[in-house]
Amino acid sequence: MAERFAINRLPGFTTIAVLAFLALYIPIITLVFFSFNAGKTVMGWDGFSLQWYAVAWGNVAVQEAAWRSVVIAFWATLIATTVATMAALGTTRRRPFRGQTAVYVAINQPLMVPEIVTAVALLIVFAWVKVQSGYQGLGYLILAHAAFCIPFAYLPIRARLEGMDLSLETAAADLYATPWQTFRRVTLPLLAPGIVAGAMLAFITSLDDVVITEFVKSAGQDTLPTYMLGQLRRGVTPEVNAISTALLGLTVVILTAFFLLTRERR
Amino acid sequence: MAGEVTISARNVVKAFGQGAGAVRALDDVSVDIRQGEFFTLLGPSGCGKTTLLRLIAGFEMPTEGTILLDGTDISTLPPNRRPVNTVFQSYALFPHLTVAQNIAFGLEMLGKPGAEVKARTAAMLALVKLEAMATRKTSQLSGGQQQRVALARALAPQPKVLLLDEPLSALDLKLRKEMQIELKRLQLETGITFIFVTHDQEEALTMSDRIAVMSAGKIQQVGTAKEIYIHPKNRFVASFIGETNFLTGTAEAGALRLATGDRIDVPGMTPGGTVTVCVRPEQLRLGPAEDGAIKARVRTLVYFGTDTHCHLALSDGTEIVARLQSPASGDAGLAEGQEVGVTFAPGAVQRVED
Repeated sequence: MAERFAINRLPGFTTIAVLAFLALYIPIITLVFFSFNAGKTVMGWDGFSLQWYAVAWGNVAVQEAAWRSVVIAFWATLIATTVATMAALGTTRRRPFRGQTAVYVAINQPLMVPEIVTAVALLIVFAWVKVQSGYQGLGYLILAHAAFCIPFAYLPIRARLEGMDLSLETAAADLYATPWQTFRRVTLPLLAPGIVAGAMLAFITSLDDVVITEFVKSAGQDTLPTYMLGQLRRGVTPEVNAISTALLGLTVVILTAFFLLTRERR
Repeated sequence: MAGEVTISARNVVKAFGQGAGAVRALDDVSVDIRQGEFFTLLGPSGCGKTTLLRLIAGFEMPTEGTILLDGTDISTLPPNRRPVNTVFQSYALFPHLTVAQNIAFGLEMLGKPGAEVKARTAAMLALVKLEAMATRKTSQLSGGQQQRVALARALAPQPKVLLLDEPLSALDLKLRKEMQIELKRLQLETGITFIFVTHDQEEALTMSDRIAVMSAGKIQQVGTAKEIYIHPKNRFVASFIGETNFLTGTAEAGALRLATGDRIDVPGMTPGGTVTVCVRPEQLRLGPAEDGAIKARVRTLVYFGTDTHCHLALSDGTEIVARLQSPASGDAGLAEGQEVGVTFAPGAVQRVED
């Protein structure tokens, strides 16, 4: 037998890996670093301070945008996770049907279609609906977010369903459980970690969306990311850094929880 | 024990797939299984035994024919409406529930009152000797313990019939022997009809009241272990259960004439045509090559401890095997190449269909 191929023994492997990590993380580290700057710029260091966090925290516009982001993300996650769970059940818990691949593609469409196309499409449709119905609320943003969150919720739920032993559901039916009881008492409890993981991914995806939100929102419906985008037009202040760092922290917390939930516990 | 018929399969056909590509997993199967019986479906993999079990459980619906439970047609009832429970090959224990919750599951689904569920769960835990494990998760149990939980869970709702789908196949030999005895004990204590699926002939012979030998989607023979071993109906049954020697010749009145010219007494044989008989290796007697015995030459001798297998060739080259009990010295008194005379124990020669 020839010596086993090991990629980590190739010359330059370590150098390339280190450079790649630097390229990924230097911008983020810089952003976090200057959020603690005492000065007014994001270029020169004037000493450590938490003042920009205080400024952001006390800014009514930031508060409103953050709350709006959370409200939209909450409802979009709820809708997307429910739809994704049903879609995952439909695509794993019945005999394969003609056009199943087309259904997969349809469900995952938001991952493949350029976001700007979806944004323009939604803008046009919602503009028409707004004229017809007169409704101007957050519902449009919630629906739009729910739509592009579905594939993010769907993938972990489907993975969990496919990994589940089908004989468990057969056993429940054998032990006098009706189809609904089987779902309620066996499938759902075993699926729960997948659903929570899917919901977390959907929540994060909704929270940081810019493109679709920017197109669909009405006046005065800024979310945190679109508010930040608006601020940047008037020059970068460390306040934006502080908000970004807070969002980053939240994302890291949620993603860590996601990782802990989905990893195999054996 | 052999009382009324509990499960009756009538002309059951199960086809998978459609049109020309369809496979008949069961091909016109009819069988009656009696109340309180330990009934085994025995056959090689792909013979349809598990399909028949799944039809009785309700996991599949028959393509044709009916399945009766106590005279009522249950062919199209979903599994949750059949008073029949299954022990799965993989056990299929609910990983998110404790041992006690697993056992209580069926009773709860039947809507039994809480006190009854508790009492029966405790009784089942005692029956399978797992009282100490009640609050454990099933993943913390050994294979043998999981097996017993699966049994307790399936027996708890007191089904009319318990279906067992190769339940011992995942256990090691020693544990398997223990569970065979355990299963037999549970069946006698509960009096429930057991339908047991296996491909292991020894398991079938030692545990069953009656056995159905299956092959190619059909039941080849139904009978007690002795009936099937001593009077196999056809070539498949004779060769699947134990070892056997086949001899083919021309039927004469009360005898079979081999191609070698030798004559074997077969009581009741009527003249005409080519006929196959079988003789178990342990029914062969070896003696001096004299008149009335079939002349054969010893090819090889294989020592197995309790007995010695003697491979013989008849004068036309037909190979047969004799199983001789080893004497105290261990030496069967035979040598390879030696000429011997073969006779058969009275009644040992059985005519079989092809």
